[in-house]
Amino acid sequence: MTAQTMNRIDQCFANLKSQGRRALIPFITAGDPGPEYTVGFMHALVEAGADVLELGVPFSDPMADGPVIQKACERALKRGVRLSHLFEMVHEFRQTDTDTPVVLMGYLNPMERIGLEAFTEQAAAAGIDGVLAVDMPPEEAEELGPLLESRGLASIFLVAPTTSEERAATICAHGQGYLYYVSLKGVTGTATLDAADVSAHLAPLRGMTDLPLCVGFGIRDGASAAEVGKVADGVIVGSALVSRIAANTETPEAIPGELKAVLGEMRQALDALSD
Amino acid sequence: MATCEVSFVSKFSDLTRLPDARGHFGPYGGRFVSETLSFALDELEKTYLSLRDDPDFQAEFDYDLAHYVGRPSPLYHAERWSKRLGGAQIWLKREDLNHTGAHKVNNTIGQALLAKKSGKPRVIAETGAGQHGVATATVAARLGLECDVYMGAADVQRQKLNVYRMRLLGANVIPVTSGTQTLKDAMNEALRDWVTNVDNTFYIIGTVAGPHPYPMLVRDFNAVVGREARRQSFEEFGALPDALVACVGGGSNAMGLFYPFVEDDDVVMYGVEAGGDGVETGRHAAPLSSGAPRGVLHGNRTYLMSDEGGQVSDTHSISAGLDYPGVGPEHALWKDLGRVNYVAANDTQVLEAFRELTHVEGIMPALESAHALAYAKTLAPTLRPDQNIVVNLSGRGDKDIMTVANLDGIEF
Repeated sequence: MTAQTMNRIDQCFANLKSQGRRALIPFITAGDPGPEYTVGFMHALVEAGADVLELGVPFSDPMADGPVIQKACERALKRGVRLSHLFEMVHEFRQTDTDTPVVLMGYLNPMERIGLEAFTEQAAAAGIDGVLAVDMPPEEAEELGPLLESRGLASIFLVAPTTSEERAATICAHGQGYLYYVSLKGVTGTATLDAADVSAHLAPLRGMTDLPLCVGFGIRDGASAAEVGKVADGVIVGSALVSRIAANTETPEAIPGELKAVLGEMRQALDALSD
Repeated sequence: MATCEVSFVSKFSDLTRLPDARGHFGPYGGRFVSETLSFALDELEKTYLSLRDDPDFQAEFDYDLAHYVGRPSPLYHAERWSKRLGGAQIWLKREDLNHTGAHKVNNTIGQALLAKKSGKPRVIAETGAGQHGVATATVAARLGLECDVYMGAADVQRQKLNVYRMRLLGANVIPVTSGTQTLKDAMNEALRDWVTNVDNTFYIIGTVAGPHPYPMLVRDFNAVVGREARRQSFEEFGALPDALVACVGGGSNAMGLFYPFVEDDDVVMYGVEAGGDGVETGRHAAPLSSGAPRGVLHGNRTYLMSDEGGQVSDTHSISAGLDYPGVGPEHALWKDLGRVNYVAANDTQVLEAFRELTHVEGIMPALESAHALAYAKTLAPTLRPDQNIVVNLSGRGDKDIMTVANLDGIEF
């Protein structure tokens, strides 16, 4: 990783490390169930103990996602949410929260459509700290990677249970911010993870990189968060939160409380582990 | 009259060297997938590259094409239709006569052999019109592989006959209700299945799209169409064709016909996209001829119909098999280089060509293939009677009888 001024993500993980705490990283789809709610949800998640926020870019063809996040995309797209709105949301969030890192997670096409240069510029201006393009492995990051780096944004990559050691080394060499370890073979939100299997896969990665190792897919509650927290530097939770949004689309005022309840339980479980 | 001329310097002589090692065709193609699939694609690429030049594998493939598919397919002189159009001679490459009724089986035979070599007991496929699904279910039945086919719920409705065929063959047809409920959504769902069951499942992609190495291997398995057509052209009329015409959805039958001619500069090529209600109406499936922007979908970069926000557009076509917002990456490059002319035929023209070929030649084409015929109808009168057009009759029309009957107000 080349030297750069420490962005919010690196700062956040440095602080957590010094405190012996695990990162809690919630994911929600921006604009679900409507663009007017997202900033409020972001603040609620931070109040409930989020360290980093992952904000999903709604996409018409979310190939790596299960039904929960597919439907979230559909709800947001029905409201016409696009990247420009997402930048506005982060900008608004930054008016009152200048510390919590925000990572944009999505598929490449919406980013390419506005032009990767314009995308990077607008993302940086909005106060976004990292980008995870789900369908862009490091081999295909030749264009976006340097653009992000030039603006101090982290390129975050996935590592999967099927990733070979050779590929893992490449990914570690290109990755910034944190590594997102996908705990299981499958799409988001569909299965339960196997903590022993996760642990076995994280061990060799420790020898390859100093990047924090965060684990997502299959984390549903405090117990599964704690299982993963024993071996990882952070846990990522998406579908468990998004399904609470889905269940309350008719009463959106209830959603912040619902999100806080789910995330708060995980925060407690993780903090009980702290060394 | 041209004889067997050899052009020593071809403008397009580098095109058969593609893709590069990372699966790129110029700025297109590549491998844009989530990390879980990278390993499976690496593995598939290695398997294919090791078998591609293996004489035993080739012999097995060729044997199946000859004895199971019934190749070579004839190059038929549509003499009466040519005379009626009053221009060039039209020759039909009769892929409709293949076992299962379309060119799709060339590729599924090849990929099923790869699945067998990989030791995977289960295959999955996406399908639009159902031709690729039928071809996959067929080879799965023959090899005793478990088979699940994803098909958009809207396509399940308009292609009931093929759905039943697949079920008779022992495949499980899974209707996809997400998104636009057509081919692209079926492909999303197949990719989701693959990422979940990657250990025991081989994904048989039906067109020259998807992540590397699919565009390459689907092209290679279909190139038998063009190799035969090239040889047959010399046998039948003693020259290379003046023009080739094929329909383009994802682009596999066009790729199969065009590829062995791509370095023959004098052979003019036309890829005919689905014009739907007309390209100018926006209700079509013609990314190349409508000037769609570049984009990334289903693992490759290509021309892709999408809105200003990068959301993939709804497509419209009378033929389910062409109802796709993207196109194979090699076609995208050929468009940029001007190697192939990409044009569109709209639904009305397609139906007219469907009826005309049926009446005049007694050959009922698939609605997909009727797009190529519709353009040939326009092209032929602009050429001389001593010139020759080869049209890929990529599939037969039995599956479309219901669609056409409904338009005629007939219910069965």
